[in-house]
Amino acid sequence: MSRSQTNNSSASSSYEYVESWGMNAGAHSHVLRPHSVEAIREAFAEATASGRKLGLRGTGCSYGDASINSEGLSLDLTQMNQILSFDASTGIADLEAGVTIEQLWKRSLPQGYWPKVVSGTMFPTVAGAAAMNIHGKNNFRVGTFGDNVLEFDLVLPSGEMRTCNREQNTDLFHAAIGGLGMLGCFSRLRLQTKRVHSGKVRVRGESVRNLAAMMAYFEAEKGRADYLVGWVDCFAGGDGMGRGLVHDAEYLAEGEDSEAEQTMQVAYQQLPGSILGFPKGEVWRFLRLINNPWGMRLLNALKQQAGRVEGHEGWHEQSHAGFNFLLDFVPNWKFAYGRKPGHGLIQYQVFLPADVAHDTFLEILGLCQRQGHVPFLGVFKRHRPDPFWMTHSLDGWSMAMDFKVTPTNRMDLWQVCDQLTRIVLDAGGKFYFAKDSLMGHEAMVRAFPEARREAFLALKRETDPGGLLETDLWRRIFASNSSLTDGVA
Amino acid sequence: MSDSSALPVTGDSAPKVALRGRALVVGASSGMGMELVRQLAGAGWAVGAVARSADKLDALAAEVARSAPLTAGYPVGPVTVATCDVTQTELADLAFGEMAESLGGLDLMIFAAGIMPAVGRDEYNTPKDLGILDTNLLGAVAWCNAAARLFASQRSGTLVGISSIAGARGRKGNPVYGASKAGLDHYLEALRNRLSEVGVHVCTIKPGFVETPMTAHLDLAGAISASEAARQILKAAESRANTRYVPWRWGLVAAVVKSIPSMIFKRLSI
Repeated sequence: MSRSQTNNSSASSSYEYVESWGMNAGAHSHVLRPHSVEAIREAFAEATASGRKLGLRGTGCSYGDASINSEGLSLDLTQMNQILSFDASTGIADLEAGVTIEQLWKRSLPQGYWPKVVSGTMFPTVAGAAAMNIHGKNNFRVGTFGDNVLEFDLVLPSGEMRTCNREQNTDLFHAAIGGLGMLGCFSRLRLQTKRVHSGKVRVRGESVRNLAAMMAYFEAEKGRADYLVGWVDCFAGGDGMGRGLVHDAEYLAEGEDSEAEQTMQVAYQQLPGSILGFPKGEVWRFLRLINNPWGMRLLNALKQQAGRVEGHEGWHEQSHAGFNFLLDFVPNWKFAYGRKPGHGLIQYQVFLPADVAHDTFLEILGLCQRQGHVPFLGVFKRHRPDPFWMTHSLDGWSMAMDFKVTPTNRMDLWQVCDQLTRIVLDAGGKFYFAKDSLMGHEAMVRAFPEARREAFLALKRETDPGGLLETDLWRRIFASNSSLTDGVA
Repeated sequence: MSDSSALPVTGDSAPKVALRGRALVVGASSGMGMELVRQLAGAGWAVGAVARSADKLDALAAEVARSAPLTAGYPVGPVTVATCDVTQTELADLAFGEMAESLGGLDLMIFAAGIMPAVGRDEYNTPKDLGILDTNLLGAVAWCNAAARLFASQRSGTLVGISSIAGARGRKGNPVYGASKAGLDHYLEALRNRLSEVGVHVCTIKPGFVETPMTAHLDLAGAISASEAARQILKAAESRANTRYVPWRWGLVAAVVKSIPSMIFKRLSI
């Protein structure tokens, strides 16, 4: 028998299961949802008094445990979602932390601006996007999300607020972007958006026969294209390994779209309500049926064929939302991986320096195929370095691979990924925390330069001396254990 | 994941013995609520018991701790108690959270709190009537909303609300009690429809005549014991019934009562 006492001084919190987007991790937490900076300060004070750790969270779009805190408290910023201002003459937006990319483009596009950097889904918050320093299909051209941040306010666990930009508090500026929410809580972000002259982009699909051909396409076009992304059929072997479909897009110049005023309206950007006649809300149930190696082999092969057809079509036009937010076409598509506990997916995104990328990716795909863990989806992108301390970005390439996780395959998959991680680290590669579910401390040590890691830790000791802010991701990569992959000896 | 479990149903503070699950009973200090605590614990559930009276809860927990298991193969589950007045709706989220955490997670919540003060034939007493709504309806909304958020987020769980056959028609006897239960029925049905999309079940229990302290002042012909009612409630929850009359024959009574046209119903003294 035990007694639990209720005291009435605490701010209201909700006890919920907080889950990673990929459903591969989660924990029960007391979730606090502040509406104001003052409420963030109160939450910090209360959490400090309780002696428990506090994890920051936006809409929870990270695939892994970046917003999970199995040690008690979660500060959910989604209620702080006011667009404070949008200047139609400069395209500069002042946003509260919990404003989503969806809110931003719906506000900016009718005034002739599109966010410079967006993810494949429109649902992340801008604070989450900054904390994880996300990137889009134009990373090679415009950099990461942090590169479009002009300034932000960061509330420290002490309650102090620091305004950071490229002139003021520059260390904190470059460390908090990509800083995993470990240095403080963003309360306001100022972003630069991009002037556009149409609600559409010009898109071309090009079927490529292997990875070398895909990389050659990117290299040939990256000076001109505004967006480049490759879909990889990870099931293809032999000479066709790394085959797939490149999507190449560019903005329209002023005057090219005679109906720009209409196409820039939100209504024009609507994603289709149905797919092949099925209501899109139910499409995941169909995907569930083919969510197995044979179904996915077939789907990838069909897509390769469809890509050839699309390649013959040449240039066509597509809305910004339709081109960028492919992941939002099928709501809840992750449920195709199962909805029961222990079922889900991980995305293993590998970043490799340009000179070793081709051979190393082939080695990785070959190993996946031999081990019987073939990614159901592979997405290929080109990247460039950025100035943020904990960045994943480099002059090179990334491949994002979606693996199905089940209670029975989990350990085996982790073992295979452990082998992949060795290959990546030996090649000088990196990983990306918005996607990662696997890295242990040892991988972190090998992938990120010591000077950067030490400087980051020193800054954390200054801004969060009590060590209030923690997540499962943080403990996984910074706890001094010697594993390369979490849970794999 | 070192600490974060992939399974929503395992918590760090969960007892290490094999348990059937974790249940929370709100309104646990008397009547059906108290019986539900006894039976759940006896069947091997870890049980959280919430009520206003600390003395009654402590006595109940002590009694359960001394009792023998009701179900073979399971120990008597531990009973955790918390005092909270459901009419203080602003405390519900916090109290619910603390209780669910101390149980190591939650699989079942039963809202059994309810009051039925005697109301005179010509009595229109607003404070008394609003007090009924505070407990029976507003308290239920506060606690069931908290449970709904947890269950929806973990895509599992069962929520049971104890309503009443009194919600079937607006009878002369106790207008606001009936209204509170009709409101509760409507609310629970809506929760059921919402939460079924994410694999969460909501069960509405409609007791007829049950011998409890709440009905002690009434002369109830053919009433069943609170313990029998609790047994039937748990059975309904386990079989994922949507609506269950306890005992079942009250379903027939309700069907008849609901079918009487108003022009006749208003002349009857039921």
